[in-house]
Amino acid sequence: MAGVAQVSHSVARAGSRRSLLRKTFENSEFWRGIVAIIVFLCLWELGARSKQLFGYALPYVGLLPAPSEVAVAWLKVLTKPGYWESWYQSFKRVLLGFAAAQVIGIPFGLMLAVNRYFREIFFPPFEVLRPIPPLAWVPASLIFWPTNEMSIAFVTFLGAFFTIVINVLGGARTIDVRYLRAAQSMGASQWHLFWRIILPGTLPSIFTGAAVGMGITWEVVVAAEMISGGGTQGGGGLGFFIWNSYMGGSLPQIVVGMISIGIAGYLSSTAIRWLGNRVMPWRHLF
Amino acid sequence: MQKAAGSMDDRRATEGSELGKARVELKGVSKSYGEEWERQEIIKNLSLDIAPGALTVVVGPSGCGKTTLVNLIAGFERPDSGEVLLNGRRITGPAKDRMVVFQETALIPWQTTFQNVVFGPKLRGDMKRKELRKKAEELLKKVGLADFMHKYPLQLSGGMQRRAELARALINQPEIMIMDEPFRGLDAMSRGLMQEFFLRLFEENRRTNLFVTSEIDEAIFLADRLVVLSNRPAQLRVVIDIHLPRPRHYQMLSSPEAYQYKRQAMEILHQEAMRSFKQTGAFRSAVAT
Repeated sequence: MAGVAQVSHSVARAGSRRSLLRKTFENSEFWRGIVAIIVFLCLWELGARSKQLFGYALPYVGLLPAPSEVAVAWLKVLTKPGYWESWYQSFKRVLLGFAAAQVIGIPFGLMLAVNRYFREIFFPPFEVLRPIPPLAWVPASLIFWPTNEMSIAFVTFLGAFFTIVINVLGGARTIDVRYLRAAQSMGASQWHLFWRIILPGTLPSIFTGAAVGMGITWEVVVAAEMISGGGTQGGGGLGFFIWNSYMGGSLPQIVVGMISIGIAGYLSSTAIRWLGNRVMPWRHLF
Repeated sequence: MQKAAGSMDDRRATEGSELGKARVELKGVSKSYGEEWERQEIIKNLSLDIAPGALTVVVGPSGCGKTTLVNLIAGFERPDSGEVLLNGRRITGPAKDRMVVFQETALIPWQTTFQNVVFGPKLRGDMKRKELRKKAEELLKKVGLADFMHKYPLQLSGGMQRRAELARALINQPEIMIMDEPFRGLDAMSRGLMQEFFLRLFEENRRTNLFVTSEIDEAIFLADRLVVLSNRPAQLRVVIDIHLPRPRHYQMLSSPEAYQYKRQAMEILHQEAMRSFKQTGAFRSAVAT
């Protein structure tokens, strides 16, 4: 019986997946995106090959490796475990720092918003530390933390932390007082107010903070990997992959690293958007 | 006018203890905002009797402190001096016996219409689940939202939102309903429809009602008693008993009686408006230019 239920369940899922694919293919927005990328690649290819075609190089663009060269370099790299190891390392660091920033930042921001004394004590030092760019923390954290890995994770954490806290605080403080009052009239306790009104009311800001924070995390992790050398045993991450390619003088491989980071960042923010839409169904109704 | 007040007193005596027939009294209530050096007096020595089972409408120039009055009765704020009594007991905070329907809408956006309606009883746990569900569905049907139960507030039209809010308030069986310019922001057509709908609801079981508005026609159309407030700081200017028959229809608004009431109220409101105009110097500068 259980088996039958499972089978029908997976059939239903496959069905919905297929319709999702079909929806994607029938979506003109999707095709416009594809065409835009193809046109962009063509222009880049033309620009990079302009010397062969027209006898003179376009400024700047002419110095870039052509996308075809990049593709070749990429194919070569795809089979090497070192490349995938870089992906894994960078993703691990980003997710670690990002998760820590969420886990600490969301409660911290909510506490700042909800409790006046907490805000009066912790907000001033927070505001002094906030303008310090995460990368300015790199030397200090390299000295402070026992391993390179920990210092990178710490700096990534900082990158997302401040943005998340500011967003959560702002979001929680701008919840319409009428929701709170209506709930109070209906007999809501402080506990109810927090879980039923303040937290869901802050969710949009939490996701805004997460989206922005995720972007900063990728910026920071790449820079931190370049500076610190990203660990010794080949676990350099994508930042170090680029740095390494630069040292080795492989221009196409630098671009491979750059685009890899672009894709990684895109995947991350897509995941956040997807989650946000799942968690906040009331926001995407039209 | 005196006679009508008398008949209202009789009703108060017989029905005063019934559910939804609370009596609210304000005794010498004053309220100011701000620190000492920039203190703004909002309400000054206001005494007011909100009769049980009647629809009391408060009108006053905009910004005169009507919403503050609502907040005091709802218990969101405390008076600086004087007292606000519900059935003789002093009001110390918000509670389910006083439900407020706010300006614009205060439906919780992340809850469906149904979830909004059952919010209060569910929190308090004072109804069984099945019973609550039945009651909520009943109420939603009554306000014509049975088909929109599982929609979010943003998916409803303005009029639907107000009706959902009425249902959310009514399910808590309040002693008094407090309506703070509830139909503001609706277009003229839905406003008229909402007024009639609201009247039907009220006339059905005559729950004590305080209705705050700045629209004089709306006030006269709805009211048993019309309370006209002065400019800020809000003081009682006059109480007019409205003797239009119930059930009411919008045609009554063009009757000579309604016209008389309107003239009476407009006279005072106009005086008050002029006074505030002169206070702010706007009138003088407008004349000068």
